[in-house]
Amino acid sequence: MSEAPSRLTTAFRRGGSALITYLMAGYPDRETSLEALRAAARGGADVIELGVPYGDPLADGPVIAEAARVAREQEGGFGLIHALQVAEAFVRDPGVDRAPPVVVMTYLNPLMRMGLGAAADAMREAGVAGVIVPDMPPEAAAPWLRLAHGLDTVFLVAPTSTEERLAVVAAASQGFVYCVSATGTTGERESVALGLSDQVERVRAHTSLPIAVGFGVSTPAQAAQVAATADGVIVGSAIVKRQSEPGDVERFVRELAQAVNG
Amino acid sequence: MTDVLLPSAESAYSTPDAQGFYGPYGGTFVPETVVPALTELAEAYSTALDDPAFVEELVYLLRDYVGRPSPLYRADRLAEAVGLGAVYLKREDLNHTGAHKINNTIGQCLLAKRMGKKRVIAETGAGQHGVATATTAALMGLECAVFMGTEDIRRQALNVYKMRLLGAEVVPVSEGTGTLADAVTAALRHWVERVEDTFYVIGSAVGPHPYPRMVRDLQSVIGSEIIGQLEEKAVPRVDAVVACVGGGSNAIGTFHPFLRDVPADRRPLMIGAEAAGLGIETDKHGAALTKGSPGVLHGFYSYLLQDDAGNPLEAYSISAGLDYPGVGPEHSFLKDEGLVRYESVTDVEALEAFALLTRTEGIIPAIESSHALALLPRLAAELGPEGVVVVTVSGRGDKDMDIVREAGLGV
Repeated sequence: MSEAPSRLTTAFRRGGSALITYLMAGYPDRETSLEALRAAARGGADVIELGVPYGDPLADGPVIAEAARVAREQEGGFGLIHALQVAEAFVRDPGVDRAPPVVVMTYLNPLMRMGLGAAADAMREAGVAGVIVPDMPPEAAAPWLRLAHGLDTVFLVAPTSTEERLAVVAAASQGFVYCVSATGTTGERESVALGLSDQVERVRAHTSLPIAVGFGVSTPAQAAQVAATADGVIVGSAIVKRQSEPGDVERFVRELAQAVNG
Repeated sequence: MTDVLLPSAESAYSTPDAQGFYGPYGGTFVPETVVPALTELAEAYSTALDDPAFVEELVYLLRDYVGRPSPLYRADRLAEAVGLGAVYLKREDLNHTGAHKINNTIGQCLLAKRMGKKRVIAETGAGQHGVATATTAALMGLECAVFMGTEDIRRQALNVYKMRLLGAEVVPVSEGTGTLADAVTAALRHWVERVEDTFYVIGSAVGPHPYPRMVRDLQSVIGSEIIGQLEEKAVPRVDAVVACVGGGSNAIGTFHPFLRDVPADRRPLMIGAEAAGLGIETDKHGAALTKGSPGVLHGFYSYLLQDDAGNPLEAYSISAGLDYPGVGPEHSFLKDEGLVRYESVTDVEALEAFALLTRTEGIIPAIESSHALALLPRLAAELGPEGVVVVTVSGRGDKDMDIVREAGLGV
């Protein structure tokens, strides 16, 4: 759908699996979150997924929900507008030669509240490459997609998705397909779900886009395991837990990047 | 009355559409994980409606277990006190478990069994829906977990104990303000994790499609009975029908049959009473339709109390059943279309109405239902002394004794 070759898709085409690191904008404060983004880039993240703090994060587990709460409760609040300011500051000055593209993860209501058209404009101006809206299934996405040209809108498939839905979601998704590895919310799990490679292959039958796997990936060993079957590995809660110390983020992301690239 | 229990699959009233939209409101805005479960639910519900055995069992349980039809009682001393010609009370407070909630839980739990689910979950605010779900789960041999905010657990200790007696697990929710909206979120999140063996019994006409429609249909027994009972009593004219609105299930159950079955020129004025809490000019209220703006919460698009960044705001009401920041999507549609009028009622007005009904008729209403009763003096001013009004008394007030005592009422 994008006019130019998708920056997100391109980020997967550098050989090996791509590492997608999720960070919460504004956590624990604006400046530290910006430093954490730069740290993740230095550590070798291929894509930055930037979370927007929201008051009812249905798809997120306790770590990300708590980070969102802390971010929102700072002086003056912290929402989509502020998150896009962090994204823009990072895109302008990523602190590395080749900046990883930023994909914004936001729930639908902050987009609606800003106005879908204004939100799409603000994202393009901020230099954002795409957006993930976990509570906007493809059937509900038409109004957004009409306005979101130049941005990749990434959709999610779940272990519960039927073949019929895999086809719908895969056809709608842009940039990559986000494959949720387990039912439930985001957060660390002791083991990544069994049958993951079957699930990835099931999705692959419906798309030529890269497939990234997330939800529950928290250690370099698990990241390596996922990288063996998927085109990309998404790590969230385990990074957000370290986000107050950008130095820790950089070290951890470097370990993950090494694991993912074998 | 049982012949008007459920609408036919193709009713004249054309909402919602196949995607669950009431005009622009409603829909399905949820994580992909639960989309297949909602599709399965919508199909199972639609099949069940066409199955005489399902409808027969529902009708049987509503009659012999719940005690339907509930009376339509002419409250003459109340009418005289407020200055109206006649006031009829639809006595949902006389249902088993003391509120309208069980109309819905019987239907949804029957559907859960039909779908082969062994376990049900529910959210609850005041505890009435939790008690109704725990009761129905006990009746049908289903495992049951009820999500309840810690603040509501404190406010409604008796209902918590009842649920545990009935064999349900009460799961405390301490996130946010520990009230209804947080309980809905916790239940939805849990459902995302356990979707394969668990049925989520939503208690109000809210949530993603098909819940608002399903809850409306199951609660429509209220309005259908009212229409039949008015005919039986040969009441020649009704000027207004009123009900309280939190999520809005007893209200939509009251209004829907009038919208569906009564021609527009013979339809009474319909009014929903929202919680104005400490006043809609303050930030302590639950009046989503009066003061909110459209947005998405808990999987559907509707009027919503929200901040500038789109975060849901904390709602407030003296009644735990009305402090919800959103409202069922069909109410948003009915408001915009001008088919139903929505007004707001403060804590103080609700307490006055509570006391008035108690003293004039010997009926102690739920503090939620008292919000609907509080519209009567306003309607007397509007309609004059010949005015005839029907009020749905959605539940009884036993659960509210501590709150009413704390508020310093009466004795």
